Amino acid sequence: MSSNQTEILLVEDDPQDVELTLRVLRTENIKVAIQVARDGEEALDYLFRRGDYSNRAPNHQPSLILLDLKLPKVNGLQVIEQIKASDETRTIPVVVLTSSGEQKDIVESYRLGANSYVQKPVGSIEFRQAIKTLAFYWTAVNQVPVLQIKDPVITR
Amino acid sequence: MIRVRSYSIRQKLTSMNMLVSGAALLLACAAFAVYELTYFRTTLVQSLSIQAQIVGANSASALLFNDPDSARNTLSALKAAPNISSAGIYTPAGQPFAIYARDPDNQVSYLSIPIVSPEAWKFVGNELILVRVIEFQGKRVGIVQIHSDLSEIRAGLERYAGIVAVVLAVSLLAAFLFSSIFQKTTAQPIAQLAETARVVSREKKYSVRAPVPETRDEIGDLIEAFNEMLAQIQARDTALQTARDELELRVERRTAQVEAVNKELESFTYSVAHDLRAPLRHIQGFSDALIEECARQLDETAKGYLNRIVDSTRRMDQLISDLLGLAHVGRQELHLQPVSLHRLARDVIRDMEHEIQGRNIEWRIGDLPVLDCDPGLMKQVLYNLLSNAVKYTRPRDPAVVEVGQTATEGHRVIFVRDNGVGFNMKYVHKLFGVFERLHRREDFEGTGVGLATVQRIIHKHGGRIWAEAEVDRGATFYFTLGSHENS
Repeated sequence: MSSNQTEILLVEDDPQDVELTLRVLRTENIKVAIQVARDGEEALDYLFRRGDYSNRAPNHQPSLILLDLKLPKVNGLQVIEQIKASDETRTIPVVVLTSSGEQKDIVESYRLGANSYVQKPVGSIEFRQAIKTLAFYWTAVNQVPVLQIKDPVITR
Repeated sequence: MIRVRSYSIRQKLTSMNMLVSGAALLLACAAFAVYELTYFRTTLVQSLSIQAQIVGANSASALLFNDPDSARNTLSALKAAPNISSAGIYTPAGQPFAIYARDPDNQVSYLSIPIVSPEAWKFVGNELILVRVIEFQGKRVGIVQIHSDLSEIRAGLERYAGIVAVVLAVSLLAAFLFSSIFQKTTAQPIAQLAETARVVSREKKYSVRAPVPETRDEIGDLIEAFNEMLAQIQARDTALQTARDELELRVERRTAQVEAVNKELESFTYSVAHDLRAPLRHIQGFSDALIEECARQLDETAKGYLNRIVDSTRRMDQLISDLLGLAHVGRQELHLQPVSLHRLARDVIRDMEHEIQGRNIEWRIGDLPVLDCDPGLMKQVLYNLLSNAVKYTRPRDPAVVEVGQTATEGHRVIFVRDNGVGFNMKYVHKLFGVFERLHRREDFEGTGVGLATVQRIIHKHGGRIWAEAEVDRGATFYFTLGSHENS
């Protein structure tokens, strides 16, 4: 993976949802790389280059994180909290994409610093529309500060 | 008297004792003094009278023979009586005949009081004066006058008064001492009872007891009764406290149970929201994929079935959404504020733009009040009622939907009326039940949750909702907001 290619980190434990999301991106011809994390821990490992991802290329982070809330091990809200607590990952847009429309989840997500909250539409047309719009807006329209790392990243 | 009223019982008892004994003593002493004085005077007058008779008898011849020396001699015998200060013998005309004076400077040479036969006496100042007619063979021959000094008697009386004063003082002191001793058995227990009562009423401390005196009298009974009363109050107080504690404990336990159930319900609705929707989404997504990517392998029947699958999943999704909405209404807290129903109705109609597209609807929005209610929930009420009206007037051209207010039994009633297909009043009891529908699905779509939600919101506001309808002649829904209603 070249370090300048636009990348979306999809954090989703349901393989059906992963496949449906990938299908939308494929059929809609959206040219982005997709990295899938199957739980919160894997997502954090990927972002902070730990565990299986300790050898990941430095100076490159996804342009967008699509994050489910109900995840094994580390749940979505904890993932947002950790992403927003680190200088290295704080500027990456985090879009919560979940089945839940509960006020509690919406309020808590925004409180922890989520950039957007989208309830997964059940209808396939609406679902397609949502994924297409999100990918387009957050990777092509939205602008984020250029990542500048002053100190070398300490990897463990 | 006013000051006496505020005295303590101790002071009152002491004063009473002192006053009673003092008054008795004073009266007794006064009676004795009066008796003594009278007795003294009588004896004094008697002895003076006797002396005057003796002097008169002894000086009658001296008067007859005009021998003043002899008379003077007789008078001088009066020296023996120390109380006689002076004496004199006078001629019947009142001329001095012979005069005697213990103190020559104090000589009296005239008759001091008028003569009344045979004798007269009078207390003048510090002395008793007695005059007596001297008779010889029935004939007045002269007059004798004796002055007796009373200063000695006075001194005696003064001594007497002194003794009375001392006796009185000693008696009062004794009375005071005795009353102090008796107070221990009367005033002191009462004072202690009063103090105990004060402590009880001030500190609400029912464990204190008034000390019971050793004596068996009314005061002892009173104090025992008081203590008994305190014991009863204390027992009741303890029982009350125990009951209150138990009640609190029970309320706490119940609250904890309710909270646990609420939590369970919440996690249930959460899983319904999250987990039940995922498979629906997958069915839809993959049916979609099937239609798009495998279209060539599918015939029309297969495509028709697939479309039905997609429709059913949409319906399932709608049911889940409505149920979640209903559950949400149950859990939501009311945020009451004045809401203009008129504006709310306008907002709702504007929001229904999509639903009423292509329809000929005549809206009649009456004069609607400002009500104290939860704006979000009230909007849902109006939305559900108005969209129902729009739905069931579909066969009408024009459809007429009216929103207004009326009053029954003094309560403000809001109504939503339409000229739609109505329903049979036979089924009115099913109207607000969850998943209950009075029309066939192919005629009018819906999940049967809308009116249940409306009813739950109205009940949450303490209000009431009911409906009247006739088949093919429209329906009217009425509701009140109960105690939260604003005037």
